[in-house]
Amino acid sequence: MALIEIDNLSVTFTAQGRQVRAVEGVSLSVPARESYGLVGESGSGKSTILRAICGLAPVSAGTIRIGGEVLRHDKAFVRRVQMVFQDPYASLHPRHTLDRTLSEPLAIHGLGDADRRVMQALEAVGLPTSFRFRYPHQLSGGQRQRVAIARALMLEPEIVLLDEPTSALDASVQAEVLNLLSRLRDERGLTFLMVSHDLAVIDHMCDRVLVMQHGRAVEELTRDALAGAQMKTDYARSLFEASADRMMG
Amino acid sequence: MTLLSVENLRVTFDTEAGRVEAVRGVSFSLGRERLGIVGESGSGKTMTGRSVLRLIRPPGRIEADRMTFDGQDLMRLSEREMRALRGPRIAMVMQDPKYSLNPVLRVGDQLMEGLRQRDRLGRAAARAKAIAALEAVQIRDPERVMDAYPHELSGGMGQRVMIAMMLIPNPDLLIADEPTSALDVTVQAEVLRILDDLVRERGMGLIFISHDLRLVARFCDRVLVMYKGRVVEELAAADLLNARHPYTQGLLNCLPRIGGDRGPLPGLDRTAPWAQEA
Repeated sequence: MALIEIDNLSVTFTAQGRQVRAVEGVSLSVPARESYGLVGESGSGKSTILRAICGLAPVSAGTIRIGGEVLRHDKAFVRRVQMVFQDPYASLHPRHTLDRTLSEPLAIHGLGDADRRVMQALEAVGLPTSFRFRYPHQLSGGQRQRVAIARALMLEPEIVLLDEPTSALDASVQAEVLNLLSRLRDERGLTFLMVSHDLAVIDHMCDRVLVMQHGRAVEELTRDALAGAQMKTDYARSLFEASADRMMG
Repeated sequence: MTLLSVENLRVTFDTEAGRVEAVRGVSFSLGRERLGIVGESGSGKTMTGRSVLRLIRPPGRIEADRMTFDGQDLMRLSEREMRALRGPRIAMVMQDPKYSLNPVLRVGDQLMEGLRQRDRLGRAAARAKAIAALEAVQIRDPERVMDAYPHELSGGMGQRVMIAMMLIPNPDLLIADEPTSALDVTVQAEVLRILDDLVRERGMGLIFISHDLRLVARFCDRVLVMYKGRVVEELAAADLLNARHPYTQGLLNCLPRIGGDRGPLPGLDRTAPWAQEA
């Protein structure tokens, strides 16, 4: 049984009386400890799938199951599934210190020993513990994304949803954050569902990838099929060919 | 023929916390070619581009031994003469259409503003020219786009509108600051192709500022690599894979590749001697 099972998911927004179908009939399943990528252009619905899992987007049809159970957005869900957002400048509370940001989930879930856990979390993501009482504006973009990752891991979830976690970062900082994510995944046996517009990042991190366009699934590729350019659809091929790293011999 | 020549450009900000040198002695020259400037955030690449137009506000200060454009000394021109240069001779495309277009003016009015004010065209003539400019950047439905507000356009459309706006006066030099960073890869390819055609057909010089080394290598003739306000390496784009400077190599190697091994990506060693000296 797969850990994440999404069956025929549709998400429809109603804006000014007009219906916008952001996701239409997408199915996927991710076994525990696998990393699964969603790739596509802006507006393809890839982020909306992550948001639907978290209850941030309205599911209009289909089902989402986590560990075989139909999704319920309760406290238990939050302990199992956490999300890291794209923009670390926007996803951290600007007037909360790192200490407050990281200890809030512990307080909500009644977990003790906050002191030790916050220090451990900072160490785990490679931040000096002296940063504990800093504010987000005192950190660089890469450091902020480390805080966002630390926050996602405070409740020791099994599943981490990653929405373009490195696209706001410089290349060298992206490398550091990807390395951090890989290490944490191995150490803690995490399952990743990761969204990116960058095929090379998805290829580096994920075992399988779903190519999306206009809210629909176009093609699922294994990592080998992606590296070997064995895509069957024209759209997946055009994405592959437009990837910048393909152009450099 | 040299269009632009810059020698020992420095941009300094006097702040309460002391002097910050954003650009520290950059020299380069440009003909009617595509020159890429690459570097990470804070490397001074945008400041270098803006300096050419003298678009740096106090407390920022521009100094240079020499900065000439088509025989004119940019450092000595009056503000009035500079204004005559900006737009018709040297134009700049900014990074993000969301912040660079006026949100409360229709796209058409923004496109026509220069034509009406500078070229003293009548409304109908200006409109025709603006529509032609939108067509030149492959906007399919220019009439609709003319009447749209910036928030009604996608990122790719907004970027093309900005390029169209800059190309109306037919400048000799176009400075494009991360013109495609906010765009999807397939749209990115399209915008690059439009820029490329324009450079070739109109014989423009182009300064292409980007953080994306591979993209620049593919698109430009020559590349300057900047780190902490200095040019650490200058090379022909074709030779990029043979870059010698450890920073350039580091920037290339830290990117994941399709089909690469999935081991840890090499980071940049900022404690290495080259980084300390910089």
